Amino acid sequence: MMPRAQLLLLQILVAIIGLVAWYVFATVPIFGVILLPPFFFSNPVDVAKQIVDWFVSGVIWKHLWVTLEESILAFVIGSLGGVGIGFWFARQPRTAAVFDPYVKMVNALPRVVLAPIFTLWLGLGIWSKVALGVTLVFFIVFFNVYQGVKEVSPTVLANARMLGMNERQLMRHVYWPSALSWMFSSLHTSVGFAVVGAVVGEYLGSAAGLGYLIQQAEGVFDVAGVFAGMFVLAAFVIVIDTVVSLIEKRLLVWRPAVGEARP
Amino acid sequence: MALGDVVVAFRLTGGGVYTAVERASLRVADGEFVAIVGPTGCGKSTLLNIAAGLLAPVAGRVDIFGAPLAALNRQAGYLFQADALFPWKTALENVAIGLETAGIAASEARPYAQDWLKRVGLGDFDDRYPHMLSGGQRKRVGLAQVLIRDPKILLMDEPFGPLDAQTRQIMGNLLLDLWSADRKAVLFVTHDLEEAIALSDRVVIMSAGPAAHIIGDWQVPLKRPRDISEVKLDAAFHELHREIWHRLKAEVVKGYALTEGA
Repeated sequence: MMPRAQLLLLQILVAIIGLVAWYVFATVPIFGVILLPPFFFSNPVDVAKQIVDWFVSGVIWKHLWVTLEESILAFVIGSLGGVGIGFWFARQPRTAAVFDPYVKMVNALPRVVLAPIFTLWLGLGIWSKVALGVTLVFFIVFFNVYQGVKEVSPTVLANARMLGMNERQLMRHVYWPSALSWMFSSLHTSVGFAVVGAVVGEYLGSAAGLGYLIQQAEGVFDVAGVFAGMFVLAAFVIVIDTVVSLIEKRLLVWRPAVGEARP
Repeated sequence: MALGDVVVAFRLTGGGVYTAVERASLRVADGEFVAIVGPTGCGKSTLLNIAAGLLAPVAGRVDIFGAPLAALNRQAGYLFQADALFPWKTALENVAIGLETAGIAASEARPYAQDWLKRVGLGDFDDRYPHMLSGGQRKRVGLAQVLIRDPKILLMDEPFGPLDAQTRQIMGNLLLDLWSADRKAVLFVTHDLEEAIALSDRVVIMSAGPAAHIIGDWQVPLKRPRDISEVKLDAAFHELHREIWHRLKAEVVKGYALTEGA
């Protein structure tokens, strides 16, 4: 491993090279041709101006807040549903078997096609976006919790029973922690999908949010605006991801880090 | 504790029935330490699961203190071969849980658990999670987890199997030490004849499976308290080892022929 400072320096260097190349190819003609026509690619300076403008004028906060709100609601509702149904199906194999083909069918459906229906049912407000996010988050959590309950080590289970646990205690001390650990291990994916659901929903029809911002810019061929929206969105997701990492670290202290497990 | 003419059979996927254990009878007296030795795959663990009530025999009887066993054996503690600690609980919580399931409040169970951790030599490891402990340490926690419930019967399924030779000796001495305090009835399954003789009062030999049954029963004439490394230098130890091994060898060869041929 290289030292941290050096690594950081190289990482920043990559960004600088990328931005400079973008700027040069978008503004300086090479053999009489501009390789990245500004109409399609804008340039880093304009994009930066747009971002600064959003933050200075403060318009961006409202959109960020809406997207965050939708993402959180989608995550919470999808997770609750996934945990509940995942638990239920794992403990009731017969129910699970009956619903199995339908679960597979709905999961196989590309969720984007549901967006218009949700807009129709729930209107242009945040709930149609939340619904889209829920359909994405639900299945990730559902499958993980289902797996978590199913894959409790038979030895641990036998041990729990020999230690005198009744059905309720098994639930609390064995199935529940196992299911939660599986759910938390997919936290990054499910949170990511909550954001995807929110943004795609906004993009397809809304009055606020990052997806709306990008869609608006695109509508008037404001490429700088589109890129600016993308950068803000990327930063937004990175911040959320970092928060998730912190939460994960606290919740899964009992789990060995990769490569740390003892034989 | 008595197993009478126990038969265990499993339905195979794709039809057919596999008889794991055929008419095995075994009696373990109060306070007696009995070791079961046999070739791999002979159904030693199956017999333990029967005694624990985790498995029901197809035929035969299981009596615990004179009463037939119908469900889980509430009088027994079981130390498993594989890791059986709850990975999401600390060492202390793992030990305390056996009392909590019996309705004792966590705040009351913790000091007992701490005491038991100290008795197995892990007094300072109470806040460690199982993955932070070595294999031997995990076995110690497992031992404390089982013993804190003060079971009348102790069932052990190759508990020290995955450990290295030195750790096994240390664990063996620890076990004898703890056991000698209140002499529970112990049924100890192992494939290691030396370990069996060194620890127990009686060694029982099982034949190779399928349809494994009990083919030999020896008293161990060694005095207690014992030290495992010392007892192995005793002439009586060698005498008995030679005698039992003579009988066991044929079964081990048979067992290998079966598993290797499969």
